[in-house]
Formats: sequence, C-alpha cells, structure tokens
Amino acid sequence: MTGHPTRGFVGRPRVHNPGLPPGQYDAGTDWPVLSAEVTPRIAPRDWTLRIDGLVAEERTWTWDDVRALPTSSYEGDIHCVTSWSKFGVRFGGVSLDVFLDAVRPDPAATHVVAYAHTGYSTNLPLADVTGGKAWVAFTYEDEPLPAEHGGPARLLVPHLYFWKSAKWLAGLRLLDHDEPGFWEQNGYHARGNPWEEQRYAGD
Amino acid sequence: MTAAPFTPPTRFAVPGRIAVSNRTATTWQRAVLTEIRRETPQVSTFRFAVPGWQGHLPGQHLMLRLTAEDGYTAQRHYSLASAPDDSGHIELTLDHVEGGEVSGYLHTVARVGDEVEVRGPNSGFFAWPGDRPALLIGAGSGVVPLMSMLRHQRRLRLATPLRLFVSARTRADLIYAEEYAAETTPVLTREGERRRLAADHLAPCFTDGAPRWEAYVCGSNSFAEHASQLLVGLGQPVDRIRIERFG
Repeated sequence: MTGHPTRGFVGRPRVHNPGLPPGQYDAGTDWPVLSAEVTPRIAPRDWTLRIDGLVAEERTWTWDDVRALPTSSYEGDIHCVTSWSKFGVRFGGVSLDVFLDAVRPDPAATHVVAYAHTGYSTNLPLADVTGGKAWVAFTYEDEPLPAEHGGPARLLVPHLYFWKSAKWLAGLRLLDHDEPGFWEQNGYHARGNPWEEQRYAGD
Repeated sequence: MTAAPFTPPTRFAVPGRIAVSNRTATTWQRAVLTEIRRETPQVSTFRFAVPGWQGHLPGQHLMLRLTAEDGYTAQRHYSLASAPDDSGHIELTLDHVEGGEVSGYLHTVARVGDEVEVRGPNSGFFAWPGDRPALLIGAGSGVVPLMSMLRHQRRLRLATPLRLFVSARTRADLIYAEEYAAETTPVLTREGERRRLAADHLAPCFTDGAPRWEAYVCGSNSFAEHASQLLVGLGQPVDRIRIERFG
C-alpha cells in the first residue's frame, strides 16, 4: 500500500499517534455529517427498535422500553472511511448484548443487517456486535444525540468504519449469511475494519 | 419462526442503481498534473492525465493520495468535475481550505508535471447517468459533481431535463460562472438579491406537468439540510433526494 512519493509534499508535522489507523487523519473537534439522505425528524415516542430473523423470540422495543434498560458508555475514538478520525468521544446507550440476550439468537445466526428508519442498511458479522463491542447509542457527550448524527438513537460499532454505525436505527435482522447493505452495494467493503484499511470491496 | 419483512417507514434512493467496479476502486493509479486553472480567488481546477482511468459517471468521486519522501501519506475524497470522456484525463475542482493538508499542497506547491495517485471512481449513489430529469442544487464547491452532470448532458446533447441552482456569496465566488446558461439559476447571498436559496426559487420546478425529478443536493451540511428541507416542503419525495455533504 506504500505510495509513490509526490514531489514537494511533506505533509503535516507528525507526532506518532498509535490510535490513528492507516490512511486516517485527526479531525480534531470537527464531526462531519455524511448522511446520504434527508435527515428524518423522529420524536422519541415514534422511535422503535425491532430485532428479528434467526432469533428465538422476536422483539420490538419502544423508547421507554429502551430507556428502562441498564445503560453503559463508550469512550474512545471513531473512524470514518472518508479518512477522518475523531478522538476521545463519549457515547451513552445500551449494549447490544442486552438486546440480543433478550431475543436469544439462533446458533445458526452469523450476520446481522442493521436498518435505519430512512431505509439505509448496513451488514455486520454477528461477532462484531456482541461481547461489548456495539451499542444502541442515544447520548453524545451526555446530551441527547442530535438528529443529524442519528438521534434519537443510532447503532454504534466504534471499532469499524463509521458507516457501519447506522443512524436512526430501526432494527436488526439476524441471518445465517452475509447480505450487503447500502454502501456495501455501492462498492464499499463488507466488514470495514479501519486497522486493515478495508475501505472498498476487494481491499 | 418466520420473520415479518421489515418495512421502514420511508425509503430513500435505491442503492445499486449504478453498478460500481470494485477493481478500479481498489487500485491506486498514477495521475500526472497537466493543467491548473484558476476558477475564483479561492478555487482552482486541477486537470490530470490518468492513463489507466476506466471512466466514471457524473457525480462520482475518487480518493486522491499524496506520499511524502518518508512514506507518510495523506488521502482525501474529491468529486470529479469533468464529464466522462475518452481523453484519458480527469478534472478536480478544489477549494483552498485553510490549513488543508492535501488541498493546500495542490494549491500552493503542485505544478504541472507532478504526480499524485488516485483510486476510483467510488460509489454510484450520487451518480447521474443522464437517464432521469435532474434537479441539481449546490453551494460553493458543492457545485463540482453537479457540473460534471451538466457537462455530461451538454456533451451528449441529452434531451433529459436538467435544472441547476447554485449558491455562492458573490458573483466572484461563483465557480464555473462562464459555463452557465438558461438551465442555471445562480443565487447570490451577499450581492444582488442578497438572500439564500428559498422555496420560491425552486417552486417553478414543481408546477403542474413539471418533470418527475431526481434531486441531487451537494454542499456543506447546513446548506444540505436547508436545501433538502425546501425540497421536501415542495413535495419532492425523500426517496428521490440524494445528498452529498461535506464538513
């Protein structure tokens, strides 16, 4: 992946940052908005989360149901495929393990497709959203998650490129196979691990 | 245990309408700078010869990479400004972003003959092949992918209706000012009319018998929010609004 030197390019002064995946830069305080669709305005009372597919018991949670669950937080970094990373962010929400424990996944389930209330979708290996690695997030820096960043609630899978963290999360379907979502059908990688630079299909 | 099919309350633009080549998206290719054209005091167009370029659709973007002598690299996504053609060249039009690592290099250091690397084109979501009436709304350098569409329509003499609304602060900030014709309405926010894009600018596109538009909105997030809400207010279905936002 090493590039051909560009005459005269020296780049920014660099301090080795072990938290920065290859090909990424530190966006500092910026948090760009990169939704492809019209931002939906979803009142919490109208928001629901459904988990179905290969599970023992399909479930739909309302906002109040979710807010009654034990919360936990993520403090760390996020990485966008467009090459910015953002350090030291804090999200609050409910671990996806809490939801999956309630529906009891079928042993045959290997993948999930996350759906947004807008119709956006993204696919993930089940192993990437279990074991404390994923959240249904509804606060950012202790404030309600803004609509343009996916409020009232979004998926948060911070160890993968951020397009996997579906905004305006509406549901998760468990499958026994992988099924490309919105950006994955548009040429992006099926998994999206920033540390392996899995940006596009074929990387 | 049959899963009821999940039906989201709204659906937005159908993905995969345009097939994307995975091969071109993953290969870094040499691109030699052949021309730099000043567009406005802050914006220039950079023309590159890319011998291996396999073509693109108007609205698609690429990843451009610069590499320092010590192996350090910086890469950014940029929209393609040029219409697809068979010249083996592509054009990018870039704002000179204050402190911008890549745009700063291209604006102040790069000269004709220098070599960078590109991979792409990427993503078919924002692309317009020219098959459906296009209502294009851009602000600042958000007009870049839309200009690729306009140039495409002209180059192929497409009969498909196309309307372009482009917002800029002043006439001097208006990128590609000389290229606009009757299809384009410039909206100047700090000169002449001195107001931002409003519903009455767009309303003539939504009269009875108007085309069934595919809308493409490109600009800062705040502009994209504003323009997309205007479109929704005028009755444009959300599943036919495609948005490209930049910070």
